[in-house]
Amino acid sequence: MDHLTRLENKSIYIIREAYYQFKDIAMLWSVGKDSTTLLWLCRKAFFGHIPFPIIHIDTSYKFPEMYRFRDERAKEWNLHLLIGRNEEKLLGGMGPDQGSKLDCCNELKTNALKMVIKKYNLKAILLGIRRDEHGIRAKERYFSPRDSQFKWDYENQPAELWDQYQSMVEEEEHFRIHPILHFTELDVWSYVKREGLPIVPLYFSKEGKRFRSIGCVPCCSPIDSNAQTIDEIVEEIRTSKTSERAGRAQDKENIYTMQKLRALGYM
Amino acid sequence: MGKEGRALPIVIVGHVDHGKSTLIGRLLYDTDCLPADKYSEIQKSSEMLGRIVEFAFVMDCLEEERSRGITIDTTQTFFRTSKRRYVIIDAPGHKEFLKNMITGTSQAEAALLIIDAFEGIRDQTKRHAYILGMLGLKQICVVLNKIDLVDYSEDKFLELKTDITEFLNKLNVRPTFVLPISAIHGDNVANPSEKLSWFDGPTVLQALDTFHDLKIEEKPLRFPVQDSYQIDGKKILVGRIESGHLTKGESLYLLPGKKKVVVKSIQKFLEEGVNMAHFEESVGICLEGRHRIKRGQILTADLSSTISDKVKANIFWMAPMGYRTGETLLFRCVTQEVPCQIEKIYRKFDPASMELTEKDASSIQSAEVADILIQLEKKVVVDPFNEIPEMGRFVLEREGRPVAGGIIL
Repeated sequence: MDHLTRLENKSIYIIREAYYQFKDIAMLWSVGKDSTTLLWLCRKAFFGHIPFPIIHIDTSYKFPEMYRFRDERAKEWNLHLLIGRNEEKLLGGMGPDQGSKLDCCNELKTNALKMVIKKYNLKAILLGIRRDEHGIRAKERYFSPRDSQFKWDYENQPAELWDQYQSMVEEEEHFRIHPILHFTELDVWSYVKREGLPIVPLYFSKEGKRFRSIGCVPCCSPIDSNAQTIDEIVEEIRTSKTSERAGRAQDKENIYTMQKLRALGYM
Repeated sequence: MGKEGRALPIVIVGHVDHGKSTLIGRLLYDTDCLPADKYSEIQKSSEMLGRIVEFAFVMDCLEEERSRGITIDTTQTFFRTSKRRYVIIDAPGHKEFLKNMITGTSQAEAALLIIDAFEGIRDQTKRHAYILGMLGLKQICVVLNKIDLVDYSEDKFLELKTDITEFLNKLNVRPTFVLPISAIHGDNVANPSEKLSWFDGPTVLQALDTFHDLKIEEKPLRFPVQDSYQIDGKKILVGRIESGHLTKGESLYLLPGKKKVVVKSIQKFLEEGVNMAHFEESVGICLEGRHRIKRGQILTADLSSTISDKVKANIFWMAPMGYRTGETLLFRCVTQEVPCQIEKIYRKFDPASMELTEKDASSIQSAEVADILIQLEKKVVVDPFNEIPEMGRFVLEREGRPVAGGIIL
């Protein structure tokens, strides 16, 4: 079995395991390359009929290309799409320039997600995070429990042996499930290429710039790049000297911002 | 494209402060796998704490880990040599984080056991070595770190090497290499060192590059049923092939009941006419005729598995709260989940002391290992760990939390 097939099969096993353990489950789709890969793996796991909703947390600051891509795929793949927005804070004008970036991420992403989880009484959500993205994410489990306040007790995570994932939740608790934790950035691109997956065009170079990681318009900077195809992106990453999230503002505000965001329940 | 090979998972274990995280930081730095912005982040964070650049911060990125100078949780990172890619799994060295060490080790196919040349073998060295042996890791490289603290002495190295090899052999652990290194100064990690000119063995990287992917041997089929879906009017049983392979039209046994069934088709999304599925593949299958099948049943090609409600096993207890006779636990092996009790504790001991603590005991304490007899509420299907590892390893849960791991003898 080749490397990508092995990664794929592990992810499919985890997705099916999560659905078996928790019927009240949903997948979080940011529309980026990672969660689109996860979405594709969910389609494979359920033979094209995903039995749970797909949630898009909309901060209202996403790129127009992302909204277009989201709606096209939702239609094409017949997804049960739910959109989560923190309307109250959006009406109040919340944005990255109001207060700190940590506050903005916390309100428009984390709290918007809290509202969705509560509204639909979800017991688990599938997320497309990867270990190689950030030191904090490298410490994640495949099945990661969160308390009612969304807190991640990263100093006392459950043991996870082989492919036995903890499944019991306390009242008010929920699980974060990470089926592509073991993929690297290169693996994702190689997989996108192999499967012929559609991808938001922002990842490809236009006038010497492209986005390596996408999120909200004000907090994402493009990198200098001439990579216009997936092969060129792969070559660029392979020889790159900077990390993937170097263009993401929320990681840089303070060294431990990401840890704080994640402890508060950030994705 | 497509040249990205599989990354070999390697766990780094050993006693606290013997230099695990530092070694990883050094490996990443010397192989040019540390992104520039990550290096400057570490530099900044080290300065804030008034230290020289701490390579350990590559892995220890929690604020608590850096200020206390310890590793709390297991973490993973990737690096590459000219030969291939690696996933390095860092495991904490403190006794209270043993469950995190075991979590990391259960994902590995090779191990680096690090020992401080100045301090020698300590409690966690023994516990970790025991667990490597028990989990069946065969590719083990022992590194004697901080060789600078014993003045790069060949005599000291040879003396320690003899002690350690003797000790590990008692645990049935046979290291492939024993190397002198200094992770902090970079001696014999990625590059040979002039200070160790008397040493004619490999560097850490050269040693790792001799390790290989686990060989997949042809074994009898084990297909544990994970779930059953109704899709487009078809009943599809999904699961992963834990050993052997599966062929369309093949006649199989449905265990534990031993009923005979026939594979009508193998299902994969967007693939038609699949005739065969292999080890580690997550697939769907449809059977001829109607059957009542549930998660936890096992499809096999033969009847060589053990089908029993009593299982002999070797376990290690990870939870802070130990086991007392009479308590009910949940036995989880592949997709089987069955309540059980530990009926007999034949013997137990603490690997750190290497002394048998008690025979026919009535309790098992945290960090102890034990040979036991498990009494299950109904029959399960298992194989000896040495024959089919996937069917011979299990977890015991208490109130939904994993408390012990074990292997079937």
